[in-house]
Amino acid sequence: MAGVAQAGNPLGRALRDVRHMAEDRYSIWSWIATVDHKRIGIMYGITAFTFFLIGGVEALLLRIQLAQPNSTFLDPDQFNRLFTMHGTTMIFLVVMPLSAAFFNLVIPLMIGARDVAFPRLNSFSFWAFLAGGIFLNASFFIRGNIFEGDIGAPGAGWFGYAPLTSTEFSPGHGIDFWILGLLILGVASMAGGFNFIVTILNMRAPGMTLLRMPLFVWMTLVTSFLIIFAMPVITVALFELLFDRLYNANFFNASVGGSPLLWQHMFWLFGHPEVYILILPAMGIVSEILPTFSKKPLFGYPFVVFSGVAIGFMSWGVWVHHMYTTGLGTVANSAFGLSTILIGVPTGVKIFNWLATMWGGSISIKTPLLMCAGFVTMFTIGGLSGVLHTMVPSDFQQQDTYFVVAHFHYVLFGGSIFALFAGVYYWFPKFTGKLLGEGLGQLHFWLMLIGFNLTFFPMHISGLLGMPRRIYTYQEGFGFDTLNMMSTVGGFIIAASMLVFITNFISSLRNGEKSGRDPWDARTLEWSLPSPVPNYNFKEVPVVEARDAFWYTKYRENEEGVVVRIEGAAADDEEDDGEGGHGIHLPSPSYFPLIAAAGLPIIATGLIYDPALVAVGVATTMIGVFGWAIEPPTERR
Amino acid sequence: MATSTGVDNRKLFMWLFLASECLFFGSLIAAYLLYRGQHGVPCMDGDLSTCVFPTDRTINGVEYEGIFDIPFTSVSAFVLLMSSVSMVLALAAIQRGNVRAMRIWLFTTAALGALFVGGQAFEFTEFYREGLTLETNLFGTTFYVLTGFHGAHVTIGVLVLFSLLIWSSRGKIQAKDSLNIELAGLYWHFVDIVWIVIFTLIYLIQP
Ligand SMILES: [Cu+2]
Repeated sequence: MAGVAQAGNPLGRALRDVRHMAEDRYSIWSWIATVDHKRIGIMYGITAFTFFLIGGVEALLLRIQLAQPNSTFLDPDQFNRLFTMHGTTMIFLVVMPLSAAFFNLVIPLMIGARDVAFPRLNSFSFWAFLAGGIFLNASFFIRGNIFEGDIGAPGAGWFGYAPLTSTEFSPGHGIDFWILGLLILGVASMAGGFNFIVTILNMRAPGMTLLRMPLFVWMTLVTSFLIIFAMPVITVALFELLFDRLYNANFFNASVGGSPLLWQHMFWLFGHPEVYILILPAMGIVSEILPTFSKKPLFGYPFVVFSGVAIGFMSWGVWVHHMYTTGLGTVANSAFGLSTILIGVPTGVKIFNWLATMWGGSISIKTPLLMCAGFVTMFTIGGLSGVLHTMVPSDFQQQDTYFVVAHFHYVLFGGSIFALFAGVYYWFPKFTGKLLGEGLGQLHFWLMLIGFNLTFFPMHISGLLGMPRRIYTYQEGFGFDTLNMMSTVGGFIIAASMLVFITNFISSLRNGEKSGRDPWDARTLEWSLPSPVPNYNFKEVPVVEARDAFWYTKYRENEEGVVVRIEGAAADDEEDDGEGGHGIHLPSPSYFPLIAAAGLPIIATGLIYDPALVAVGVATTMIGVFGWAIEPPTERR
Repeated sequence: MATSTGVDNRKLFMWLFLASECLFFGSLIAAYLLYRGQHGVPCMDGDLSTCVFPTDRTINGVEYEGIFDIPFTSVSAFVLLMSSVSMVLALAAIQRGNVRAMRIWLFTTAALGALFVGGQAFEFTEFYREGLTLETNLFGTTFYVLTGFHGAHVTIGVLVLFSLLIWSSRGKIQAKDSLNIELAGLYWHFVDIVWIVIFTLIYLIQP
């Protein structure tokens, strides 16, 4: 294999040296250059959780401000910037990448593959995500510092409605950072979307037909399609806004006839599929955990699959329900109201299938199951308040009130975050070999459930009473006082639950109970592997004979038709220390994806401040891309 | 490598990427068409900032139809169309194992692509001289951004083709590597088709 590394020149030698450093499994370089989907998944998870803490602190600051009427803890400008960053962070830097963490960790294992289809592209996705996240948060520091009441972050809301985002109403560079940060994050998630579609369609083990794929794989597939089709729309909208801001274009400039509504259409044409990008992976996780902890196959598998696919299609035809009050007319409003009611149907199908899965099962109440139960109940509440928004007159009343805030937090926190934590408790043993502590886990769950409901349930009421969202304070005597104090106390209880989680995580990592391969008596292929999973995943590529592939290697019906465990099946005998599997070709580590991704924030900074930097950034990315193209992808292990 | 669907990973990737690009160009074209349909204030004498879209068909006293040099752009569209033909020939050549012919056709494709980009640069300069900028009005904004993004795609394609040429001059592209050429070809044809759509919508069907 003649790569550049073979040449005798200094560059070639340097490249060989750094590649050598990355070969050592325990060095930091092996993480930076890794193309192993499991390591990338772990890095996604840790990074996204860090952003979760940052977004959480932003939320706490907002809650402190709103705890009492007429508070001056934050000024209006800081308040705007903090809620903008809170929303943007939680959606793009937390829920999406946490889902991506699980795609990375388990999808290849579930379909019986040794890695994703494009390991280096996968690494690029992660680095671009990290770069975009840092770039976006860098905006905090561009104007001064928070102690002087001066922060530079964007302040026009996570949906950045025109014309508020124009240079006239949002001077400074906060919005530019927001636009460019989201563009970089878009590149990251699109690259991931392509990668996982190809992986799922093309890398399945023999016998893993589409209708034998675990539900989580299906939901990842649908989500990835939504990502690759929704992201280009927001990309164009963001570019248009960027041209308006940087080069005085007129896309959203009403004074020469540009239409601010165009932004809303494009944003929500992306935004509603985005809602399902955030929730479908969570639904997939729950659809894995509930059957395992109920000891029953998922009830109505094909219905759950096809309702997920149906949601994927229908999510493109409902965006105007975010725009009822913009004056599009009765016909448009009614039509989109109807389509929004219809999209509730496949969602309802799923909820009933989950309930039926648990019905009559022998349920073992462990933290992953509790988190899933939390998901199903909280998500149902969020779904029901969502149904209220489909009705145009009711929506008119609730528009821009805390009722909406309550609704989407029930869906995104009560839904996605609970399910993602369920996934953490469920799969933690697979990648660490240790169980997360059950006692602290349950404490985490109950604190989070109580804190969550205390925070967001009162918002239904304050919203119906008319409290407007995105306003930095309120007057006393409107009946908002107690409700807001409750929300603030709840917010701190959620924060406390996170401390419990972090404690549990660290202590379990150090001296948690050993889990073995299959601590939950689970159903899918990843549990047939040693924990932690060796870097080549499968020593021999499995042959799949049924849905719930692993379960059917453990259980069969005896002569009386009773399901019994096969003697000695999947015993936890050989502890694999990753020494086996010689001769398996694995993708070699590479720095080029990191270099290619590192160019992106440089280009973005340059666009704002200095064209010369753009050239540097483009050159960096080009070096990354060309090096990537030339470097041989695989070496013998 | 055998895949579950039988389609090569990279080819599947390219098809998905192009599908995603449809939404990208679709959104840009939608913005153009949305604003074209709007009737607004006519352009005042020489003051372009007052016109929403050049519905009175003049920019700086120049007839709106007049700003497009249809024969010129038709020629450059034809150039791009022909580059797709040479792209097909390049792929056919390498699949037969004829590296030399492939190189010739790849070069032809890249050169025709570069010619098209040059033509676009010339066109932009001309429009700019006539007073049409990104800031002028909605037409300027939507026209430059839509055709500019297309031009950027062609430019990237040209770069890819030249890279492949350099790569093949080092003997790295043989018949068994024809997939590289095929992928570049898929992208190239896509960009070509997008231009046919843009050319028809912007230049041929005017309000
Ligand atoms: Cu929606």
